[in-house]
Amino acid sequence: MTTRRSPFLPLSSFFILLLFLVLPAQAQETGDVLIQGGTVLTVTNGTLENTDVLVRDGIITEIGEGLSAPSGVEVIDASGMHVMPGIVDAHSHIAISNVNEATSPVTAQVSVGDVLDPYDVALYRALAGGVTTSHVMHGSANVIGGQCETIKHRYGVTVPDLLRMDGAPRTIKFALGENPTRVHGRGSNVVPASRMGVEFVIRKAFTEAQRYQEAWDRYEAEKDRNPRAIPPPYDGRLEVISDILNNEIIIQCHSYRADEILMLMDVLRDFGVKRINFQHVNEGFKIAKELADFGASASIFSDWWAYKFEVYYSTAYNAAILVRNGVVTSINSDSGELNRHLYHEAAKSQHYGGLSEEEALSLITINPAKQLGIDERVGSIEVGKEADFAIFNAHPLSIYAVPQKTIVDGIVRFDINDDPDDMRLSPDPEQAIETAILWSKEDNHQCLHEEEEALDLIDFISGQ
Amino acid sequence: MNLLLTLILTLGFLLGTPDGPDDEAKARRGTFALTNARIVTVTNGVIENGTLVIQDDKIIALGPNVDVPADAEVIDCSGLEIYPGLIDSGTQTGLIEVGSLAETQDARELGDLTPQMKALTAVNPNSVVIPVTRVNGITTVITQPSGGLLPGTAALINLHGYTPEQMHVGDFEAITMQYPVTGRRGRWDRRSDEQIKKDAEKALKKLNDAWDQATLFAQIDSAYTANPETGRRPEYVPAMTALLPVLRGERPLIITVNAAADIVSAIEWVEERGMDNVIFSGLAEGWRVADQIAEAGIPALVGPILSVPTRESDRYDKAYANASLLHEAGVKVAIRTGETENVRNLPYHAGFAAAYGLGKEQALRAVTIVPAEIFGVSDLIGSLEVGKQANLFVTDGDPFETRTQVQHLFIDGYKIPLESRHTRLYHEFLDREPGLMR
Repeated sequence: MTTRRSPFLPLSSFFILLLFLVLPAQAQETGDVLIQGGTVLTVTNGTLENTDVLVRDGIITEIGEGLSAPSGVEVIDASGMHVMPGIVDAHSHIAISNVNEATSPVTAQVSVGDVLDPYDVALYRALAGGVTTSHVMHGSANVIGGQCETIKHRYGVTVPDLLRMDGAPRTIKFALGENPTRVHGRGSNVVPASRMGVEFVIRKAFTEAQRYQEAWDRYEAEKDRNPRAIPPPYDGRLEVISDILNNEIIIQCHSYRADEILMLMDVLRDFGVKRINFQHVNEGFKIAKELADFGASASIFSDWWAYKFEVYYSTAYNAAILVRNGVVTSINSDSGELNRHLYHEAAKSQHYGGLSEEEALSLITINPAKQLGIDERVGSIEVGKEADFAIFNAHPLSIYAVPQKTIVDGIVRFDINDDPDDMRLSPDPEQAIETAILWSKEDNHQCLHEEEEALDLIDFISGQ
Repeated sequence: MNLLLTLILTLGFLLGTPDGPDDEAKARRGTFALTNARIVTVTNGVIENGTLVIQDDKIIALGPNVDVPADAEVIDCSGLEIYPGLIDSGTQTGLIEVGSLAETQDARELGDLTPQMKALTAVNPNSVVIPVTRVNGITTVITQPSGGLLPGTAALINLHGYTPEQMHVGDFEAITMQYPVTGRRGRWDRRSDEQIKKDAEKALKKLNDAWDQATLFAQIDSAYTANPETGRRPEYVPAMTALLPVLRGERPLIITVNAAADIVSAIEWVEERGMDNVIFSGLAEGWRVADQIAEAGIPALVGPILSVPTRESDRYDKAYANASLLHEAGVKVAIRTGETENVRNLPYHAGFAAAYGLGKEQALRAVTIVPAEIFGVSDLIGSLEVGKQANLFVTDGDPFETRTQVQHLFIDGYKIPLESRHTRLYHEFLDREPGLMR
């Protein structure tokens, strides 16, 4: 299918150009640095003792022993430290001002990339846990939710667009099971109210997008010989779904039960859709062989379970079973608490199922990078890759490991020795002391409640 | 590929995790001798190569040169370490099965003042959560009701037994109180600061009124008990009756309190009433007022440790460091997860506290002997000593390190199978039959 052009494009390009002239220049920053003498956990090429890593303009240019720093390049002494690739969190809801467009079972036209919030201190707190890339997702209220955004933790920038990882593949949220059936079926008396309805909603949307695409293809074919040909009405929602069908967008599907995951793979086969990463996938272990056979990947919790009925039949050995059966697996946070210690969450795969160090580290680096289509750029320490690192005072899979420095594009964005207590970018001058937020457990389970209205949740928590 | 998988599986079984060859379906008692072990007693140092003997419910001998009883089942623990069972000082284990299903939840009764509601009554000994928790070395937990100002009566339970009575440890129960909150209840709480203040004042008044009534009730009750023939029998007021042992100092009051201002207020509240059998729980902002808590001499059940700071302006690691900062100030610190289905992460909460200042030794104490002392059951549990209940676990390494595996587990002298829903699903599905049908 050819890309359709908006008639306003030339005009809008002009305005975009104008914006660039007016906005204060806050260009993409990259750094030069030599990380010296660390134990380098490359993830893809083993562990290198006493090794230096040279970074120029935000890219790894050299890995070896006894490298010297070119003039003007800052040196970080990493002797006695462990250097690993920056952690990639494949499921996050930080740094956005909205999570759900819960007004319809299908909202492919919206994007959380439009509501990025660079001031969110959660970006920094995750950095302090070694996270450099997050996949910021739409919520799970809708069967086909909004588009997601892959961002880098460039905490300190204030222009939202500078958080974006430019060139990262487009992704979109799907959601199966309890959440969309509760919100739409039971909440608004709109299909789906059951897992049958969920399948129907997807098939219907895909079929409508196919028809839409055919109509445009007919028009494109006709317009050259018939100048009076009338284009079909433009539909932003079906545009996006067409792109899914053309494998231009990676589906990121919130899912728990084995049956619903099998269902979606069947639907995708019928429509020729190949790129899918299942999110949560608590029952992925039951159908690990089918996932591997399809080429689907799985981004899971290390050990969350029993917080709702569809995760009651879970096992913390999920990662081990998936990995042993050949599924590209990652461990994600879905939480502003958990994303601060994903290195520990990955280590749980050693406790539950005895994964090797490299396998465990892959769960939070190269594997999530593969699932987001950015593994050529991040997720391991290799020459040519982007200079994202997490530096620890011990092996990151040890419970006693404390992150020391986190580097994004060659720039130190977290330093345990240099950062003051208050790392907010924009404190409220009218409020000297903020009211304490006493985090409840519900806050940590974002997928459970992300679709709830704020007031409902307060009632829920306080029992009113 | 199949050959490789078989090899991996075989290796897994040979390494003996998660269940070794001694795995059985049923817990059993007897005489067990755990030999050649590194025994971390917690209260009397470490025995590098020793033997520990369990008979029935008790530890009957331990040391470097212990005779193994003739009838003992010998478990060779070469290369392994023995620790006292870990104690989580604040959970809802057995009270909540599935987080989103009201039908499976018994942690909360109607009303704000329900101290007479007993957690022990509603604990489900067959909760799927219990085996999942204990196979990580957690043998004992405080399970507590929640909601309102006086949610009910908490209990100390072992994570094995078929009746609540069998699970109950040292008859320990405590009345719980949620001190009125001047903080936000979470990121969804968008009340104005003024409204928060108003709500808290209202709640405090309600609590104080109830407490004053209970104090009066206790006086009437005492007068009647002294002269039952001549006095008038007090009316039946279940909430007041439940508070009697607390007012008389016979039963502890566990006060959940988190915001700094609330902690200070709670200290005043306790001191005004001259109460000396009080325990604080939560204490998310305890580090801000650590000296005051220490001065008040109130022991603390701190956690969850794996938690975000309460204010955006706080340093990112304040929740990790909280237990350490309180300990340094002189507060008696035990650790709690505040969890239900993931109480199994208690060793990791302790490990993070250790890494962020508390140190391994003190962190271990905070999940063993310190809570046992706080709950007045240190003669029963909390360390490896002769005469104590055989609550212990055997590991292949540091109990807080994530990769460490539990090899054997004893609760109240019962040798517990290292099995749970999670291990069973693992064994069923690691190499599923039938495989791929296509």
